[in-house]
Amino acid sequence: MTNIPETGRTPRVQIRLVVIQILVLSLLGTLGGRLWYLQIREGSQYAKEASGNHVQQVVDPAVRGSILDARGVALADNETRLVVSASRTDLLKMKDDGKAVLTKLAGVLGMKPKEVMQRVRLCDAKTPQPCWNGSPFQPIPITDEATPRQAMQIRERSEDFPGITAEPEALRRYPGPGKSNTAQVLGYLSPVTDEEIQKAKDTNSPYLRSDQVGRSGLERQYDRELRGKAGVTRYEVDNLGRVIGKAKSDAAQAGSSLVTSIDSRVQRVAEYELDNAMKIARTQYDKVTGEKYKADSGAVVVMEAKTGRIVAMASAPTYDPNVWIGGISAKDYKQLTGKDSDYPLLNRAIQGQSAPGSTFKVVSTAAAVQAGYAWDGGYPCTSSYSVGGQVFKNFEGESFGPISLGRALEVSCDTVFYGLADREWKKDGGINPKKGEPKDYFYKTAHQFGLGKQTGIDLPNEVTGRVPDRQWKQDYWKANKDAWCKSGKKGGTYVEKIEYEGCLEGYKMREGDSINYSIGQGDTLLTPIQEAMIYGALANGGTEHVPTIGKAIISADGKTVKEIQPQVLRKLPISEATHKGIDKALAGVITSGTAAWKFKGWPQDKITLHAKTGTAEVYGKQTTSWLATYSKDYTVVMTIAQAGTGSGASGEAVRSIYSALYGVQPDGSIDNKKALLPTPQQGLPKVKTDGTIASPKVAKDPAKELHANDNASPSPGGTQPAATTASPTSTNRTTRRRPRRRGSRRMLT
Amino acid sequence: MTGAGSFSVPGYGPRRAGWTRIFARDSVARRLDWPMLLAALALSAIGSVLVFSATRNRTEINQGDQYYFLIRHIMNTGIGFAMMAGTVWLGHRTLRTAVPILYGASVFLILLVLTPLGATINGSRNWIVFGGGFSLQPAEFVKITIILGMAMMLAARVDAGDKKYPDHRTVLQSLGLAAVPILIVLLMPDLGTVLVLLTIILGVLLASGASNRWVFGLITAGVVGCIAIWQLHILDEYQINRFAAFANPALDPAGVGYNTNQARIAIGSGGLTGAGLFHGSQTTGQFVPEQQTDFVFTVAGEELGFVGAGLIILLLGVVLWRACRIARDSTELYGTVVAAGIVAWFAFQTFENIGMTLGIMPVTGLPLPFVSYGGSSMFAIWIAVGLLQSIRVQRPMSA
Repeated sequence: MTNIPETGRTPRVQIRLVVIQILVLSLLGTLGGRLWYLQIREGSQYAKEASGNHVQQVVDPAVRGSILDARGVALADNETRLVVSASRTDLLKMKDDGKAVLTKLAGVLGMKPKEVMQRVRLCDAKTPQPCWNGSPFQPIPITDEATPRQAMQIRERSEDFPGITAEPEALRRYPGPGKSNTAQVLGYLSPVTDEEIQKAKDTNSPYLRSDQVGRSGLERQYDRELRGKAGVTRYEVDNLGRVIGKAKSDAAQAGSSLVTSIDSRVQRVAEYELDNAMKIARTQYDKVTGEKYKADSGAVVVMEAKTGRIVAMASAPTYDPNVWIGGISAKDYKQLTGKDSDYPLLNRAIQGQSAPGSTFKVVSTAAAVQAGYAWDGGYPCTSSYSVGGQVFKNFEGESFGPISLGRALEVSCDTVFYGLADREWKKDGGINPKKGEPKDYFYKTAHQFGLGKQTGIDLPNEVTGRVPDRQWKQDYWKANKDAWCKSGKKGGTYVEKIEYEGCLEGYKMREGDSINYSIGQGDTLLTPIQEAMIYGALANGGTEHVPTIGKAIISADGKTVKEIQPQVLRKLPISEATHKGIDKALAGVITSGTAAWKFKGWPQDKITLHAKTGTAEVYGKQTTSWLATYSKDYTVVMTIAQAGTGSGASGEAVRSIYSALYGVQPDGSIDNKKALLPTPQQGLPKVKTDGTIASPKVAKDPAKELHANDNASPSPGGTQPAATTASPTSTNRTTRRRPRRRGSRRMLT
Repeated sequence: MTGAGSFSVPGYGPRRAGWTRIFARDSVARRLDWPMLLAALALSAIGSVLVFSATRNRTEINQGDQYYFLIRHIMNTGIGFAMMAGTVWLGHRTLRTAVPILYGASVFLILLVLTPLGATINGSRNWIVFGGGFSLQPAEFVKITIILGMAMMLAARVDAGDKKYPDHRTVLQSLGLAAVPILIVLLMPDLGTVLVLLTIILGVLLASGASNRWVFGLITAGVVGCIAIWQLHILDEYQINRFAAFANPALDPAGVGYNTNQARIAIGSGGLTGAGLFHGSQTTGQFVPEQQTDFVFTVAGEELGFVGAGLIILLLGVVLWRACRIARDSTELYGTVVAAGIVAWFAFQTFENIGMTLGIMPVTGLPLPFVSYGGSSMFAIWIAVGLLQSIRVQRPMSA
């Protein structure tokens, strides 16, 4: 087509033109290659990125499952509230960014326009609260306390309120049936944090920005089951977030309900009695310190002896779980967790640990038998026991002469156990144990009882308690010796002397340590739930169960029921004969032992109770009272810090709980009609065909009914709970005289 | 092609009438480079569709009329086409005599930009805004006048037969001619246009047969200049950021790296055949900024896929290949130099524009020839096509 000579072109130019042409075409080739790489080779990757780019999710939260008691009464459920929300995307489409609409809305809701605008703005580093912390595509709640009238106004004039919705929404609520509280067992919810969202991102139960997460108690333990699965509607949006289409959506799946073994009536009685016992203790005079008992905290556990199921669990001081609803205020939060608070969030039944005192003697008794001491050997119960220069006194200086192990347990003779522990300590080689392992029967038995570790109850953050054995002494010394050696002084104050000794030989098991340990003093620590586990095993013939609260998980439609079976933990290391001996001795505590003065007139022949009292000394504080008891069906353990002796502080309270369970009247007769739970609750509440769970009505206040005729025949304990009425209602007198009245509160399930 | 008759160049061939004149072997219509013209028209047509797709939802810029940009784009193409026809009618040889006037006029216009008449858009002061919504980017026309001016000076003595190659003095003079507008553009500052102008100079010098020393000297000067600009912090921060984002696209994806990232996502998600016209989520969702102008290629990438985007590259390849042929086929150095300058211009803008959307070039605001929305650019490019056609039409007939 062309011929080069005709152009008369010099070769240099011609070559350069060819070079340019090649260069240009290769550049285009590069573009084509890169295009192929992006679109064909990496195409799917970019397609994924693109879809992530323009799809936004709107979350339709799942209704959280209820927590029910053993009869189906709701301890935690949801209440329908009218929530007025604003859609940011709709508001931003308006010319003034929705200012006019929000101002009008503020008028209807009786709020300040500024307040409403603040709630709708998005949180960032520069924006202080109030602001919206969630997804900007989520409807932003403006109030959850709209009245039906306000909601109607908004809905009927929806053209005046574009982007504003007034919808009923489910909010968590703790109804507290029959005045029960159960706060620490139920736990509470709070909004999910960013870290949690990140962490759970790739698991099969990811969190959504709007999620409320269980923070403690059952709400946390069974969070996954209760939470259900939120529904997600996916919208395609443009770069400014304007919706341009709708993509795949998933419907919300409501959470399952948790049926617990808690009986709300027994729970109420337990709470009432604990509170009452503490109030009474505060009126009592403490001879040791010369002031009234402080009784600053306490716990009570009521457990089914044969299964380990918890019927009631209360911790004092307590709080109203409803403070968490709709977000807790800073003031309330400080009151619950601040330095000056009495830490009411702690569940002292599983998170409070203290020296068990004499209640520990069942372990020491078992240990003595394991070490080869005869049950009926005559062990001297002297008024004191001296070792070196130290004198270990019996409680209030009593002496009973030579007695059997059973009798020692019954009268709680310290010196018998001092002597046994001291002999074993010497056998094991004293302060410098001989080579080869020391036998350490007393410590090994404690471990065999499952102490020094968690019971495994289905509640989070259980503490372990402590068995102060050689290993622990070693570890503790290593951790503290530097501080002890620094501040300890040979001739200083009591604390300084202790620290000085600790610095020198704190890693050694000293004679005094073993002696103190044998009666549950010194460094020994137990939790109320551990006590309940041990005494429950004694009640059922020697089997320890994992304490459980959850009984079944029932899906929202009621179709699938997953039962939570009781689990056997271990067998107690005692023979049948020893068990019988202990059983008899503990029954004797009720009839003629340390608790007898509080159980006068108890129908022991019909309902045999067993008990062990404990009074543990705490350095610098008043004594901790323990009362561990059991019948054939139940174990009741109560402890109150700084409240004196176990029987003195908790005797009436524990007796009242048994009275409520079995329907024992003040005169000792048994009224089966009034018994709340004469035998442990069998089976599960009925699931109706529509998936809801049937629940009986609950009396207004079971505790009040229990004490309804206290006045008619004074309780044998001497102190009348009615004198220090826990319930502040002034209607006390009238209701007391009235026949039983059914609670009028309608329960929502 | 109703006005095809007007393409006939007086003085060429015998006078004939009507259709015969159009289809005569030596008629202008027959002598036009049709592959290039058709490729350019096809690119403009594709461009119209892409501009429409990119702007039909952008209510904040299309004044509520989804056809706003489409209509203007088609009008611009039409005006550009008319300018091309006019250029062919005048002929590049005729224009050669007018070069000093055109050069002077274009330099005057870019100087105007620096006066209060100019307007700053996207960080560069390179617009003159007239009333009634009309505005002009005079830097686009400087590209043409530099090519014409340098070609005139460099080819003058060679075409006259005095010299085989332009001597050093001529080269120096021509460089001086180019330096004046380049310096003015640097003041705007419009880095993209400066780069185009430098590439044009390189192409022009290569094609003129200037000594290798000049060629390598210019390349060295360019490299040194770049380093100097970098070191002396002459660049604005946004320009440095663009380079930073190019070097590391993961950098600040919400800020500096946003354009590059979104552009690449748009193109990558297109796959082989694309999401379909008007169905690209990146385009419909307006995730890519400046999508009707600098990033118009991303619309093709997402909605037409590898097939459509590849076709654009192929059509641009046809235009460039034909332009190279025209440069090589021209009998006089003037035509060769002009064509080579245009090749350098088109090639650089094509490579830079598509390259930046594909993430292999840093982001600079250069339009994609024929496809991007923008009047001044469109006019300049069609005038350049006119020059190429004129060179083609006026070459002597081969046997």
